[in-house]
Amino acid sequence: MSKVGQSWGRYPQANQTVVALADRHATLPTLPDLMLPHGNGRSYGDSCLNDGGMLLHARPMDRFIAFDAQMGVLECEAGVLFSDILDLVVPQGWFLPVTPGTKFVTVGGAIANDVHGKNHHKAGTFGRYVVEFELLRSDGSRRLCSPEQHPEWFAATIGGLGLTGLITRAKIQLRRVAGPWMSGEVYRFADLPGFFRLSQESDRDYEYTVAWIDCVSQGKALGRGIFTRANHAPSHPDGRPNAPSRRLRVPLTPPVSLINPLSLRAFNALYYHRQRESVSHITMHYEPHFYPLDGIGDWNRIYGPSGFMQYQCVVPPSESLGCMESLVRTIAASGQGSFLAVLKQFGDVPSPGMLSFPRPGTTLALDFPNRGGSTLALLNRLDDIVAAAGGAVYPAKDARMSATYFKQYFPAWESFSHYIDPKFSSSFWRRVTE
Amino acid sequence: MQKVVIIGATSAIAEATARLYAARGAQLFLVARNAARLDDISADLRVRGSQDVFHASLDVNDLHEHARVINQIWTTLGHVDVALLAHGTLPDQVQCETSVDVAMKEFATNGTSTIALLTAMASRFEAQRKGVIAIISSVAGDRGRQSNYLYGSAKAAVSAFASGLRQRLSKVGVNVLTIKPGFVDTPMTRDFKKGALWAKPDGIAHGIVRAADRGRSVVYLPWFWLPIMLIIQHIPEFVFKRIKL
Repeated sequence: MSKVGQSWGRYPQANQTVVALADRHATLPTLPDLMLPHGNGRSYGDSCLNDGGMLLHARPMDRFIAFDAQMGVLECEAGVLFSDILDLVVPQGWFLPVTPGTKFVTVGGAIANDVHGKNHHKAGTFGRYVVEFELLRSDGSRRLCSPEQHPEWFAATIGGLGLTGLITRAKIQLRRVAGPWMSGEVYRFADLPGFFRLSQESDRDYEYTVAWIDCVSQGKALGRGIFTRANHAPSHPDGRPNAPSRRLRVPLTPPVSLINPLSLRAFNALYYHRQRESVSHITMHYEPHFYPLDGIGDWNRIYGPSGFMQYQCVVPPSESLGCMESLVRTIAASGQGSFLAVLKQFGDVPSPGMLSFPRPGTTLALDFPNRGGSTLALLNRLDDIVAAAGGAVYPAKDARMSATYFKQYFPAWESFSHYIDPKFSSSFWRRVTE
Repeated sequence: MQKVVIIGATSAIAEATARLYAARGAQLFLVARNAARLDDISADLRVRGSQDVFHASLDVNDLHEHARVINQIWTTLGHVDVALLAHGTLPDQVQCETSVDVAMKEFATNGTSTIALLTAMASRFEAQRKGVIAIISSVAGDRGRQSNYLYGSAKAAVSAFASGLRQRLSKVGVNVLTIKPGFVDTPMTRDFKKGALWAKPDGIAHGIVRAADRGRSVVYLPWFWLPIMLIIQHIPEFVFKRIKL
């Protein structure tokens, strides 16, 4: 169990007072420190940290309020986890409208980062399915925000990184499913143009598409990978589904990162060749499909005590192929990439938040073990490529982007800043604006 | 469908236990001092699958109110399958050493009130000739230690009372379950530094439900407190006096 007050990348470390919130009717603490809501700490960098200030630990606000099983509308407190929602609603024929790659995020965190998933090209971001939420400010005021009521607060708070106030409760619209099963295909592709071809072919008929790419191999094998596409299956799918596997856990933090050039090369080659045929059909439970890493508790420990940095960027469609090639080439040449490299085409469904990250184009996400200066220098080089192409980097995963680039990636930051609660701040926000 | 009563229903362990019974579709009757918080908890338990959630507010130290609430419970539910007594506080030991009033009040909350409730409930259970009475005592009741012997002595009284009650009611098919949790990470223990021995309320709740299902008599939660307390109970006094616990 990661302790409260850390981010998922375990970098940077912050010193802050943690105040647990269990009662959504209570007012906020009246201490002089600046506050920041903190859910389950699954943001990777410093957007969920508040060095020198106070964290409002919102996980204890974890009660359901109402569930309309006919309409699929769920109302709950902001500290409820996606995993709790799935346990409740899947047996009743409903599913999350949008989910990130871990189910251990809170509803409040999902709103504050306007999270996306493998169905972005069809469904857009999570914020689109938020019917309403209550925003509690440090002056004691409470606003019920929806697209109709206080729309400006609604837009500022979705993707607002927790800075506009505390989300106490929210109502979300779920989507119908016949059961817990998924069915689809897995393809092997030899290079980046192969990825774009598969994506274009699949995005119309498949709700969920995503690719893993080999970020180590260079030359002819540059940008090879595995493409997965799937839909929710009928209640009794053909083929024998794999049962959800037993939950494992990384019991301790190894003294050094287990991710090094040798283990990386081995993993990437094995993973690519695991798939023998160029295409195979899959029928599986939703858990391994959406949350492959949730099966291993505390997997972030494998990077050792220095932690890791995740980098996720998006580049516009016109620049996609060329830009992805230079990003992957730069990463492969550095020998620093890791096995968790994910590639996906975003759709053009507009994101509802002022600071939402998803926008039309191609997104790449991967982890880098924190090796200090050389890692930071590599990420700065990637930033130069992304910025030149008119792309953006995801704040929820960031611990290091420059203020200059942040302001270029998110031009709405200045108008957004008027909605920040005067008693709220975060390590991330101070870093990219001061 | 199980009918479950929880006294002290706003405590973290009680709420986690109530969620497990709600997921089974149980009918719940919640009792606590703070009625406003019971509204939120009841709504949550209904969403989680509870058939009906009833609640009443009660200050357990108001002994004259016990009969009324117990009457209300049996009138509402007809009979009770599981009654969980989970109310309590964690007294400040230093205050208990300097103020007789504080000491007696804390003893009443953690000891006397439980004995009063058990006495009144026992006759109901005896009449229905089935069911489980589960009582949250504590490892602290196994031996008085200088760091919290007021709390420990109240829990010792509860454990001893439960033991006798178990012997009596076992003859009519009613099980009395004594639960002895160790350190649990809850709002009650907010100000403590947490180490490897600390458990989450959810884990304790699973242990309570399992023990109630299996008709156990005494359980330590988590299990490793059994050997720990065995050792602590057997430290000779001449050694015990010299150490701090």
